[in-house]
Amino acid sequence: FPAPSGRVRAGRRLPSPGGVTARRGLARLGVAPQVTVRDALNQALDEELERDERVFLLGEEVAQYDGAYKVRGLRGQEDHRHMGFTGIAVGAAMAGLRPVCEFMTFNFSMQAIDQVINSAAKTCYMSAGAIPVPIVFRGPNGASAGVAAQHSQCFAAWYGHCPGLKVVSPWSSEDAKGLLKAAIRDDNPVVMLENELLYGVPFEMSEQAQSKDFVVPIGKAKIEREGTHVTLVSHSRPVGHCLEAAAVLAKEGVECEVINLRTIRPMDIETVEASVIKTNHLVTVEGGWPQFGVGAEICARIMEGSAFNYLDAPAVRVTGADVPMPYAKILEDNCIPQVKDIIFAVKKTLNI
Amino acid sequence: MRKMLLAALSRVLPGPAAAAAAGRTASRVMVASRNYADFANEATFEIKKCDLHRLEEGPSTTAVMTREEGLHYYKTMQTIRRMELKSDQLYKQKIIRGFCHLYDGQEACCVGLEVAIKPTDHVITAYRAHGFTYARGVPVREILAELTGRKGGCVKGKGGSMHMYTKNFYGGNGIVGAQVPLGAGIALACKYFGKNEVCLTLYGDGAANQGQIFETYNMAALWKLPCVFICENNRYGMGTSVERAAASTDYYKRGDFIPGLRVDGMDVLCVREAAKFATEHCRAGKGPIVMELQTYRYHGHSMSDPGISYRTREEIQEVRSKSDPITLLKDRMINNNLASIEELKEIDVAVRKEIEEAAQFATTDPEPPLEELGNHIYYNEPPFEVRGPNQWIKYKSVS
Repeated sequence: FPAPSGRVRAGRRLPSPGGVTARRGLARLGVAPQVTVRDALNQALDEELERDERVFLLGEEVAQYDGAYKVRGLRGQEDHRHMGFTGIAVGAAMAGLRPVCEFMTFNFSMQAIDQVINSAAKTCYMSAGAIPVPIVFRGPNGASAGVAAQHSQCFAAWYGHCPGLKVVSPWSSEDAKGLLKAAIRDDNPVVMLENELLYGVPFEMSEQAQSKDFVVPIGKAKIEREGTHVTLVSHSRPVGHCLEAAAVLAKEGVECEVINLRTIRPMDIETVEASVIKTNHLVTVEGGWPQFGVGAEICARIMEGSAFNYLDAPAVRVTGADVPMPYAKILEDNCIPQVKDIIFAVKKTLNI
Repeated sequence: MRKMLLAALSRVLPGPAAAAAAGRTASRVMVASRNYADFANEATFEIKKCDLHRLEEGPSTTAVMTREEGLHYYKTMQTIRRMELKSDQLYKQKIIRGFCHLYDGQEACCVGLEVAIKPTDHVITAYRAHGFTYARGVPVREILAELTGRKGGCVKGKGGSMHMYTKNFYGGNGIVGAQVPLGAGIALACKYFGKNEVCLTLYGDGAANQGQIFETYNMAALWKLPCVFICENNRYGMGTSVERAAASTDYYKRGDFIPGLRVDGMDVLCVREAAKFATEHCRAGKGPIVMELQTYRYHGHSMSDPGISYRTREEIQEVRSKSDPITLLKDRMINNNLASIEELKEIDVAVRKEIEEAAQFATTDPEPPLEELGNHIYYNEPPFEVRGPNQWIKYKSVS
């Protein structure tokens, strides 16, 4: 295929340095290795590229920059040809390839969103199944650190709104690897909302997760921590904050059940319902804005289902502040749901 | 000598009404006494030279057309013409709803292109797509039934006018210009799979000013994608004439670093030769090429546009009388003894019959069952439930 020149390139990829050898070494010692989300994503890409020759990467800086955040793809100089290359990726998927299309951040996907929704999401339906679109759109989503308003928006609600798409939002390295592999193997358009601040974070990866066939099923939430007093439902980075809050609350005798949604659409509301039936209290936590957000959807669905009768208090949402993201650190910090905000919400719900 | 005699005799024949009254016995007698061996097998035609951009040479200025090819082109164009006119009728009767963008006048484009490429090549266009849908192999009845929203429609009534698909035909796309990057993506797949296929990527003079098209030109050229960019310039983007819309109306040059040709889109042979040339260029690995087809639509932009507020009836009439693609072909065939008037009339009758039957089907076939509402959200997915207008109404979704 064409030589690796120019900022946008479609091509197979070279394995990331360090990921594979470190992994195998530790495993031999019987220690579950710590793998960063970045390396987990790279593992997934390597394995899927090798497994199926129709899989290829398309995006900015995938060629020589080794990816903007050193995941294959993303950044370097701003190269906004998003509508064009996104459309090209979708067309390639329609014609039988399996592209992994990277957005430098999902903020830029707004320029290409017509291709994601009108060309990718809806085509299978409009063609009565004649033209599937097996494409993955991936990239960092939501707030980062100090990148201000135009680069900090969360798109979970926007993409989660649309039938025809699948939308996943990983938190841990296992989530990242397993969901990316599942997304690539899925014959439908999948939007994978990663988080820039998580790329460098190491997580334990089980033996099972290191297998080339390790896949996390799309549409299934994971209970990260069991509890009996309150259900905390979250996705992406805030899952970590929920676990921190749970640790603090445990010292005060409050046991939180923390659910990692993993998939935004199709949402596993059954797991949330079963949990609420057990705990009788619900707090949703997300990075995105409150209005029309993921939490709003969860609350609406809980009201419609069997769990409503088990609620001892109204469901509560913890979200990003309802403002465009400011730059100054003190302001930014207070626009993102913090551990203290989650703890406060839990105590309010439990009336303690 | 005999040819001239026969030609003279055929002009003496009674007009259509009389011929019909006579039960076509007169013409039948004529035909019986006239051997098909009396027709020429083929003829060579001078065609208009294409304007070239960044090309040393262009398509041939002569085109050979066999009798068989001529009859095929004629029948196909006539079918599309009558199908579009029938759609106009059905729309006015409110049997077709929503959007309906008709192609009559532009038939030489989709037919000339289709006969120049292979079934294994790929085509994608915008919303004025019925002609291409037919040319790519979807039967008229399935097109009309899709327009009338019936289960026998080519996509089961799920798509409508702007969303018809078939093998190697990717629609039918409603968002102006969006199909252009898609087409380059299909071309990328062609190159990737290495099967020497090309993708014809069509757009109109209105879309030609869009940013995503220039982004696509750039990437297609960079990666040498086998993509033929085709601008169907019918002089008006909705109600805006090209002079009012574009700083440069040389659409074949807008690809800048991409070579281009400007083609007479009312001449099916011109289109055919240009398309052969362009696809050759791509198959030879030279990268993309741009073709501008100068054409004309008789209808307004869509059925909600009468089409005369931004252009005169005189202009439309003039094109009809001087440049109609079907008339052009017909005259060529008659004048070069490739077919007789009666023969072509017979084709007209057969076409009308086919269209009538298709329309009959399209108006009597039942609408899709309600269950269809939830289907095909995903592909290759186990069945799941889809929410209806309230939480108690659920539909099953199967792939």
